Amino acid sequence: MKAIDKSDFSEFVDNLIEDDDREVVGVQKKDSKFAFDPLYESDDLRLDYDTTILPPKKYFMPQRETLIEYNIEKGETTPVNRVVPRIILGVHPYDLVAIGQMDKVFEDTHEDPYYLEKRRQSVLVGVNMENVSDKSFASTMGTATIDSGYDLMLTDIGDRYAIEVGSSKGSSLLEQAGAAVDDAKPEEIRKVKQFKEDLPEKFRSDPEFDPFELPSLLKEYYDNDEFWEENSEDCLSCGTCNLVCPTCYCFDVKDVNDISLSEGERMRTWDGCMLEEFAEVAGDENFREEKAARYRHRYMRKGRYMYNRFGDIACVGCGRCSEQCLPDIADPVDIFNQMKEGTS
Amino acid sequence: MQTRAELERKNLDSMENPYSSVPAEITSIVDESPTIKTFELEPDEPMEFATGEFIQLSVPGLGEAPFTPSSSPNVTDTLEVTIMEAGEVTGELHDMSEGDTVGIRGPYGKGYPLEEMEGRDVLVVGGGVGLAPLRSLLYMLTAQPDDFGKICLKYGARAPDHLIYKDQLDDWGSGASEIDLELTVDEGDEDWEGNVGVVTNLLEDLEVDTEKGVAVVCGPPIMMKFTTQSLLDYFESSDIYLSMEKNMSCGFGMCGHCQLGKYYVCKDGPVFTHDQVKDIPDLWE
Repeated sequence: MKAIDKSDFSEFVDNLIEDDDREVVGVQKKDSKFAFDPLYESDDLRLDYDTTILPPKKYFMPQRETLIEYNIEKGETTPVNRVVPRIILGVHPYDLVAIGQMDKVFEDTHEDPYYLEKRRQSVLVGVNMENVSDKSFASTMGTATIDSGYDLMLTDIGDRYAIEVGSSKGSSLLEQAGAAVDDAKPEEIRKVKQFKEDLPEKFRSDPEFDPFELPSLLKEYYDNDEFWEENSEDCLSCGTCNLVCPTCYCFDVKDVNDISLSEGERMRTWDGCMLEEFAEVAGDENFREEKAARYRHRYMRKGRYMYNRFGDIACVGCGRCSEQCLPDIADPVDIFNQMKEGTS
Repeated sequence: MQTRAELERKNLDSMENPYSSVPAEITSIVDESPTIKTFELEPDEPMEFATGEFIQLSVPGLGEAPFTPSSSPNVTDTLEVTIMEAGEVTGELHDMSEGDTVGIRGPYGKGYPLEEMEGRDVLVVGGGVGLAPLRSLLYMLTAQPDDFGKICLKYGARAPDHLIYKDQLDDWGSGASEIDLELTVDEGDEDWEGNVGVVTNLLEDLEVDTEKGVAVVCGPPIMMKFTTQSLLDYFESSDIYLSMEKNMSCGFGMCGHCQLGKYYVCKDGPVFTHDQVKDIPDLWE
């Protein structure tokens, strides 16, 4: 483990902003919330945030991106991959777990060059959670702390940051900080250990389920139409829970013409299974017409389908969905607790 | 200094791009019905496929849609897709002419398991444009008739002018073919002398060995639902093959649209046995 004085760390970040070819992004205050945004000075970096509006997935799978440019008149198509290499500062462990899950998706059946190239050209600097949002249940999901999945991982230990190195990408970034970085002292290493051990106390105490029960609980509840109808009654089908979820990656591919109508771009855009048209096919068929069916599908994806395919529970407990749901019906803890209660 | 465009291209060179299409020229168009046409495509690079696998066909400016070729996989320099006008991409395709170019990528998915059908009777049940992938299968079955048992086709459409592949239906119905054909239409017209009613009406006195045979079904969801129900009286669940339809954007198990229970239709299907999917509630909704 390494360590660096906080003032030296700020200088290091300022130097990166100034000198490194890569774009430096980090968590900053945005009105009353926090967001990942390009960083112009280290003073704006808020490593003490609770959670961000959007997860950092937007850097690897942007809301919209061009896959192919085409010219209809000339009959030409040209693949393009717009990659901005980035240094991403302040990623919480649960978001790193989510990125690790998404990595599997985008290299499973075909290697997706759009996602993977952005991942390869980015450096992930994580930070252990100093503050925890009211809705987060990452400690229940086992994602509040991690041992891998980052290039560097910071922990606030007072006047200094302890730094765990997770990859060669991370260690070469750290070399740029030069002599300001030294080996962590034994008591600093102990502090990090203590920090992680004390972390669960900062989380909400109401989850009554174990994440590994979720696949079987969800299987049992699949046919319980009443349960899904009741819980989704106020759903607006707005898809916010999909958009803010760090493990939601479903996408649509569509052609967008420019104003000449002779050229355009085949674009990948975020899509969401809570949106009404998600499962629509030609001829007015919709395989999930009812909002209860869509609401159930989202939970099945999170707790069963992804688990069956990749071995991961695709809910990392960040709490963004429940925080941002307008009718306040998206708290997974509430759903999982109800299931647990109903079966015990 | 490399330009941005060079850098972008370099990024893609290092990896195969799964979204790239091969240009394919439309070499002939056959009007099958008032809403259905068959397009023969000649791709720049031949695309080999197995019967029942599907391709993503793109019209630049409008996007992509998935189709299962209706032609024989034994024909390798061209392939045919039979398309009903139902949305934006298919609407534009119907306005295209011979000599126009589309894009294709694939093939994707798991098609019809011919090896499972060897030596057995095969009952094929189609509805409307659902005969398209089945035609490809029928080509394969009849190419080596000695490898298979009896081949029966039951096909229904809305009305006589909505029956597709009329020339082939004439051949298949002539008695000289290996295929034992029976047709029905929901509503006849003044010239129609054949069966009137839904295709499930043709499933009562089956001439195939249902104990040892297999059944293959493709058509609109409602037709598939009732056909499957009828077939279960005769066939084992694991001997009924269903072609499932879903919204698809990528074709290879990523985009999330076509999830069906634990399966992705694009990757694990589009052909499933009834046994694989029977426990999925709301299968046809």
